[in-house]
Amino acid sequence: MVKSGGSKTSRHLGWAWASPGLIFLTLFAAIPVLSMLFMSVLTAGRFGGVTTPINFDNFSRATDPIFVQVMINSLLIASATAILSLLIGFPTALFISRLSRKWQVILIVAIILPYWTNFLVRTYAWLVLLNNEGIINKFLRNIGLIDKPIEMLYTPAAVIVGMTYLYLPLMILPIYAALEKVDKNLTEAAFDLGSSAWKSLRTISIPLAMPGILIGFIFVFVPSLGNFVVPELLGGGKTVMIGNLVRDQFLKARDWPFGATFALVLTLILIVLISIQSYVSKRVAVNA
Amino acid sequence: MATVRKFKFSATVVAAAALLLSACGGSSDSASSASVDTNVDITTQKLVISNWAGYYPEDLAAKVKEAIGVDITITNHANNEEIMGKLTASDDSGIDIAFVSGQYAQALASGGKIVNFDKAAIPNLANLYPEVADLAYDKGNSYSAPYAWGTTGICYRSDLVDFTPDSWNDLLNPKDSIKGKTTMLATERWLALPAMKLLGYSMNTTNADEIAKAKEQLVKTKPTLLAYDDTAYYTKLVSGEAVLSESWDGWCNYGTAENPDIKFVIPKEGSDLWADTMVILSSSKNKEAAHAFINYILQADVHAWVANNILYKVPNKAATETLDPALSTSYPNMGLTPAELLKGEVVLDLGTDSKLYTDLATEVTSS
Amino acid sequence: MHKRFNLSAVVAVFVIIFLYLPITAVVGLSFNESSNSLIWKGFSLDWYKTIWLNEPIMSSFQRTIFVAIVTTVLSLVIGTTISIGLNKMKAGGFLRTFSTAPAIVPDLVLAIGLLTTFSIISMSLSLTTVIISHTVFCTAFVVAVVLARIGLIDPSIEEASTDLGASAVKTLFKITIPQLMPSLIAGAVLAFTLSMDEFVIAFFTNGPETPTLPMVIYSMIRFGVTPEINVLGTLLLAISFVGVILAQRIGKVADSI
Repeated sequence: MVKSGGSKTSRHLGWAWASPGLIFLTLFAAIPVLSMLFMSVLTAGRFGGVTTPINFDNFSRATDPIFVQVMINSLLIASATAILSLLIGFPTALFISRLSRKWQVILIVAIILPYWTNFLVRTYAWLVLLNNEGIINKFLRNIGLIDKPIEMLYTPAAVIVGMTYLYLPLMILPIYAALEKVDKNLTEAAFDLGSSAWKSLRTISIPLAMPGILIGFIFVFVPSLGNFVVPELLGGGKTVMIGNLVRDQFLKARDWPFGATFALVLTLILIVLISIQSYVSKRVAVNA
Repeated sequence: MATVRKFKFSATVVAAAALLLSACGGSSDSASSASVDTNVDITTQKLVISNWAGYYPEDLAAKVKEAIGVDITITNHANNEEIMGKLTASDDSGIDIAFVSGQYAQALASGGKIVNFDKAAIPNLANLYPEVADLAYDKGNSYSAPYAWGTTGICYRSDLVDFTPDSWNDLLNPKDSIKGKTTMLATERWLALPAMKLLGYSMNTTNADEIAKAKEQLVKTKPTLLAYDDTAYYTKLVSGEAVLSESWDGWCNYGTAENPDIKFVIPKEGSDLWADTMVILSSSKNKEAAHAFINYILQADVHAWVANNILYKVPNKAATETLDPALSTSYPNMGLTPAELLKGEVVLDLGTDSKLYTDLATEVTSS
Repeated sequence: MHKRFNLSAVVAVFVIIFLYLPITAVVGLSFNESSNSLIWKGFSLDWYKTIWLNEPIMSSFQRTIFVAIVTTVLSLVIGTTISIGLNKMKAGGFLRTFSTAPAIVPDLVLAIGLLTTFSIISMSLSLTTVIISHTVFCTAFVVAVVLARIGLIDPSIEEASTDLGASAVKTLFKITIPQLMPSLIAGAVLAFTLSMDEFVIAFFTNGPETPTLPMVIYSMIRFGVTPEINVLGTLLLAISFVGVILAQRIGKVADSI
């Protein structure tokens, strides 16, 4: 483990600040999650719950083609969601960060506001909008653009759009927070010195915002993997994600150890991603 | 310091895991018996009851308070799996009575989570159809009191479908005119049901070959489907998005109520018989009041009032006989007799073999 | 100078439209006379009248706000102290990962893990256990957002402050917190929003007598979204909007005092 730097007093101070919170997280996050993941090496109880003996059967069962296919599929859909969110979230965050303070607040609020309407309500609204007899299709037919409804719902695309919609603020906010700290004088100076907007973006804004971008990416990617509601509602149950697998194993098959196995897979993915993010952030902080 | 911290960390985890195991492994292997203390004043007890939303009359709590003097709080669950998850995850969920489908009651009983009734405290069990006391998931109704029962069939828009469906084949291998406008139930046991019945197998089978053949058929069906849907399919039928759906009988009524062209049919290959039941949790500290509540529901007039409200059949002979015959004209399933229902196959809990169906569902829905 | 704003401005506008399209549907449908969201039967204010009588929705809404507020406060405090601490000790990847991981652990896993933990320590389920559970993942979000910024802050200002004799508390409130303010606000808003909307963890860690709003709505899923729920969504939107305007006004008054 990389040992922390800094002077001895500041390290001690640091521990003094962080300890209470870290203890809280250990008790109520680490222990519950770890014991949950530990279940993956246990055996399923007859009606749910877990018992001994300890075994590793679940891991070989998880490599069964059925499940591998679901996992690959999930990774693809989650990636698509995260990339889409990034493509539309970064320019938005960039735009907002360049406005006056007053307008920044207004737009950030405008982005968060819809999220105070319950997510189920909003997801159902997509059903109303997108379905074959829904508003968008009816509108397009009325103006004669199409004669048969475009099937938008109950497809992987619907799931991607639905999840992008849900997680977009989680992409925009961290990028905005990072960009906001970028010295605007830098970009102004670069522009004055003749570099194009795109170049200043590439060499200044994006690298400095990188920690925020990576956080945003993780905040969208991992929950997308674990989401089971949107694939059900907007995907018509025809798109199965890792989240559905975990839910199904825990609640339907009552096979907690096997469900825990997929939870473990998810957790490993996230650990890898966070490590990358952490490494890149430190390098950016050093270079800045 | 890092290594010490890491060690303490893992030691804590192991300790926690050990505790976890002891907590989970402790229950007995079958339902324990409750004996009701008749000297207890039940008006001092309160009940927490978990049921599906909309599956009970709105003023149930008020009526119960009036009739037996017990305060009840009703909490909702969206499906069997959720309530099962909650009940099996902790020793005391705070719930006294749960409404679960028969096969789940069977599972709860085998795990010692629910009690056998003190039948002396529920004399109204006698109101039930005698056949109901013989259902395979709980012969003798030792630990589950049936609340509603029915079967699964095809719910369709008679005005949008150019033929009269009568077979599971109409759903599984649909005609071109209805392709892309059909739905199937998403819960794995019911997802498998049409295929099992079409192929002539039992819906409780654990035979690997039969399951494989069913899977083949279901995978063929998937591309023709609009969606897998347990809850909103009647809305789809009303809007015309879907024209033919696999449906529980009472559910179809909600569609018929909005559009009389929506009809229900039990396919000729046969179907299932499901029952939603009331069970009392072993962890309940209010077992006397719980018994009284169940007894109240099974009262003829009360149970009839329930049926009128939720538009499902109730397995209560005394109650069904008092139902307005006009109800059966508007909602044909309400007129199904026990004899007809019993032609359906009772859904049983499959214990550790449940995973065969979960895997089947996963394979089919992700294909 | 104007040119370079163009592309991002266009995207930003599109995003705003994208975000508000379903909202418009929700608001519009709250006036739908038909109880079926997919069929428009006519304009009606009926549902606005009946919603106040819907006891489960009203009481669960109050509870949910309460839980969200407490969660936000707790996770801000805990998350910020962790961030400050980690920054001071120039913590390595492990501690950072540890502190932000709860945000991304699948909610079902956290939910069942917490449920069994509460069961083991014999803590009965209630709004308290929900608050604890929500604080766990909200804290992680706060840490993520604050840490991203705190590393970019110049530590020399703080050092100067302590060198000049200011107490730790004074330095905290006069220097550190103002510098962190955008992250703190972002964190608070995130925490509040996530807690208000959170369903899975609440479902498993809540006591049966005190359902939160998402739980009530989810269990009514059977019938699709009734107009009452659309009314609720619209009202929530309206309340949030009013709340924001109020906060702004109060802020202005506070500034001028």
